[in-house]
Amino acid sequence: MTLLLIILLPLIGSLVPLASARFKRTTIAWLVAILPAIALGVAAYHTTSVFSGNIPTVSLPWVPSLSLDLAFRLDGLSLLFVYLVLGIGLLIILYARYYLSENDSIVRFYGYLMLFMTAMLGIVTSDNLLLLWFFWELTSLSSFLLIGYWSGLSSARKGARMALTVTGAGGLCLLAGILLIGNVVGSFDLTTVLESRELIQSSPYYTAILLLVLLGAFTKSAQFPFQFWLPHAMAAPTPVSAYLHSATMVKAGVFLLARFYPVLSGTDEWFYIVTLVGLTTLLYGAFFALIKQDLKGVLAFSTISHLGLITLLFGFNTELAAVAAVFHIINHATFKASLFMAAGIVDHECGTRDIRKLNGLWRYMPYTTVLAAVASASMAGVPLLNGFLSKEMFLAQSLDAQMLGGLSWIIPALATLGSILSVAYSLRFIHDVFFNGEPKDLPKTPHEPPRYMRLPIEVLILICVLVGILPAILIEPILTAATAAVVPGEPPQVHLSLWHGLNLPLMMSGIALMGGLLVYIARDHIYRFHRQFKTLNARDSFESMVQKLVKLCQWSIDRFENGSLQRYMFWLLLTAVGFAASGLFQVPKLAGDKVVQPVDSVLIIGGVILCLAAIGTIMTHRKRLISLLFLSVVGMLVSLTFARFSAPDLALTQLAVEVVTIILLMLALFFLPQKTPKESTGGRVLRDLLLAGTFGGVIASLNYAVITRPVDSISRFFIENSVPGGGGHNIVNVILVDFRGFDTLGEITVLGIAGVAIYKLLNRLRLFMPSSDLEGRPWSSERFPVILYSVSQTLLPLALLVSAFIFLRGHNLPGGGFIAGLVAAVAIILIYMARGVEWSQRRLSFNYQPIAVTGVAIAALTGLGSWVFNAPFLTSSFGHFEIPVIGDIELATALLFDLGVYLTVVGATLMILANLGKVTTSHRPTKEKQ
Amino acid sequence: MEALYATVTGVLTACGIYLTLRGRTFPVVVGLTLLSYAVNLFLFSMGGLASKSTTIVDSSFPYADPLPQALVLTAIVIGFAMTAFVVILAMRTRGDLGSDSVDGQRTDEPREERK
Repeated sequence: MTLLLIILLPLIGSLVPLASARFKRTTIAWLVAILPAIALGVAAYHTTSVFSGNIPTVSLPWVPSLSLDLAFRLDGLSLLFVYLVLGIGLLIILYARYYLSENDSIVRFYGYLMLFMTAMLGIVTSDNLLLLWFFWELTSLSSFLLIGYWSGLSSARKGARMALTVTGAGGLCLLAGILLIGNVVGSFDLTTVLESRELIQSSPYYTAILLLVLLGAFTKSAQFPFQFWLPHAMAAPTPVSAYLHSATMVKAGVFLLARFYPVLSGTDEWFYIVTLVGLTTLLYGAFFALIKQDLKGVLAFSTISHLGLITLLFGFNTELAAVAAVFHIINHATFKASLFMAAGIVDHECGTRDIRKLNGLWRYMPYTTVLAAVASASMAGVPLLNGFLSKEMFLAQSLDAQMLGGLSWIIPALATLGSILSVAYSLRFIHDVFFNGEPKDLPKTPHEPPRYMRLPIEVLILICVLVGILPAILIEPILTAATAAVVPGEPPQVHLSLWHGLNLPLMMSGIALMGGLLVYIARDHIYRFHRQFKTLNARDSFESMVQKLVKLCQWSIDRFENGSLQRYMFWLLLTAVGFAASGLFQVPKLAGDKVVQPVDSVLIIGGVILCLAAIGTIMTHRKRLISLLFLSVVGMLVSLTFARFSAPDLALTQLAVEVVTIILLMLALFFLPQKTPKESTGGRVLRDLLLAGTFGGVIASLNYAVITRPVDSISRFFIENSVPGGGGHNIVNVILVDFRGFDTLGEITVLGIAGVAIYKLLNRLRLFMPSSDLEGRPWSSERFPVILYSVSQTLLPLALLVSAFIFLRGHNLPGGGFIAGLVAAVAIILIYMARGVEWSQRRLSFNYQPIAVTGVAIAALTGLGSWVFNAPFLTSSFGHFEIPVIGDIELATALLFDLGVYLTVVGATLMILANLGKVTTSHRPTKEKQ
Repeated sequence: MEALYATVTGVLTACGIYLTLRGRTFPVVVGLTLLSYAVNLFLFSMGGLASKSTTIVDSSFPYADPLPQALVLTAIVIGFAMTAFVVILAMRTRGDLGSDSVDGQRTDEPREERK
């Protein structure tokens, strides 16, 4: 379990800076360093066990349904990376304390840094592929925050965005690769996957897996052609660059190559892709490192070049090459971190990173000069330093690569060329900056940095030198342990020594050193040669690409979302008709097997009137009132249709709703223009007619196809259980209040919400009031016709009685809460129409909102009531009661539920209509009030 | 009879859709109402067209399918609520924007009388 601490401590550590924000900067730095230091101690505690061949693991289930476990392992490779991440991380914490100025928030910096550290540790210790990917994306995100730390700078923001885009996209590829691996192997457990080499390589998905995983690794490690994000990530503060580009971020990519080396390597595909990409990156990076005038730019391209070298070594497919790759990972981390820190010191003390201005700094900072020179020499591969050892192994391995047949000599030749360039830019880094004349107009007068700012570099340089002189003692154990995790089968015997005798690799090293010197001397020719090419700024082209993408999206949004309902409807309907028609195409013939029922003359007349009324509605749609009258004819006939086809409940509901709807639309029409202007062009009308016609045709066909086929309905259940289960004879009503009571509860809730929304919409509404009708005639001065109001007053009690009757009998005969509620509402509306809002309001002095709310509440509480009897929500019960005088009566809880429905319908309907009516009174033109 | 019923549904659908494609709020509302009639008739017929049948238990007639009836009954009421909401929304739109067009091009009408 102590393994978990390695991840948890830095994670908690990301909160430490926040908690200690009020302390002094030095105190914060010390506090932040404590937890990673303990984590380093934990790693050290496991070291002997790992060296003796054990792999400590720990696993806790996290999301078992996704096979995502919190599983960690600490094999040799993980241990090596844990040391690098934590060790260099601690040095960076110290260095950053002195690098960041008073204006920079050190709290934010340390918070991001610790988060990044956690993510990095997670990658290298994950024992579950999905967990690994999770941490992989976390590094992308946290590095985005770190690179964009100086968020005020446009270059920082753009650089961060570019890094996130490239590495994030690579991360998605990696996820796809991991999912494929999980599919092939049947597990995301790393230990299982590492043992499934044959299974994966014989799978038809192997090439896809390889490409996807390599895309993930190459984007992260800035391999050609994804190298362009790395130089722009240099906009980050130098401690970030030193950390991200030496030991962590970009090393995650090569770590991934090492991690999957046991399962993916050994094939021709692996060799050609990895070698070619590595070699290209090596040379590309080396050449541009020689050209760049920015101190950090030189280091950035040299990082790209060295990552290419490591990738190339993994591509060689030999065990010793893998050993060399791992070794070079360590060496590169040490000398590159120290070089970045040295560059940071120069930048910090001189105020510029321009190599053309920086010259002869050794007079001002001799100590730093020595440190930087040693680190540079290690980068160049000078003997007695660690860089020499791994470079020598690299050159030896390049000689052994035979896969290119007769042209295999190209690889060592190009490797030597890369080494020559490497020597040249290392030389340039030292000679141009610290020697070579006097500095030119520096913003600051340079001097040695604070003591503790140099300390991290000293530690790293010490490691460089010691490893370079005593490799066998210092580095062999961990290298052996790490290689054992990379190379499948028996680990190769790793023997590091300074002197291998006078052999070909040594000669190549010699050539590299001499050649590098010559290239450096001849550098002006190279600059001149390079100057004739047009330079491409990766950031600008990336930015313009992003801008173009945004413009494209904006353009397509504008095309589709122009605010026109007509356009939305058109596309929606076109899609819908497409789907419906495609279903019809698959039906062999339209008519089904059912015997067609005969038509009678009444039906034909009804059908014809219905169609004519519908067509009349659209023919007259520009004269709105007439159109509305046609609409009411359609509604009435629809109601009759329901009655004709044995649905009395529906007929009653439709009839009541029809009345309410038409009243509502008439009221609304009062406030809307009376006429629709002619706007549609002929083409538009034709298009709409075609679409509407097609849609109607498809719907008619669909309807015909369904109703001419025999139905196998689930309704038998409802018919059989209506009386024994629901205690009612009217099956429709029992379905509504009992079997599907939950639906009904939802529906009356919607009704209530619609009422409230309308109430809100009418609030403070400003309206356009016509003072006359279309022909200019003023409204009739007799506002309340005598006959209407006499009749309506007489009708009200009768109508309410009918409503109560319909409500009570609803459970057994046509009727029920919905219909009864509508009948009551219509009766009250009639009073409003006959006597006006003021008059009615005085007599019906209550609000309708509470009624609707009470209705929903009663229905819901009836449902909840069944919980008291340990029954599921909305379970109904019923019984027979003997009441004096009236006699035997059946009561069901469903009746209570129906009462809720009733009240909601009454409340919501009146809320809508009475509130709308109220608007008319307050706005009535004044001349008519007299 | 089935063919006649299907034709009526189709005609109502077509008329409803034509009106919803107009550029002013009121025809759209009327179109939606027509469309909801069509939808209700369509859904209602899913149980088959039953003449001289009933949904009352223990009567002397054969049973009609009660399930589509129950579903359509609530659909009618909800349809009313939605129509009401849309039409009030249309009024509010005209009140706030001074126009009842929905074609994306705001053509403000001359304001005759505004209080």
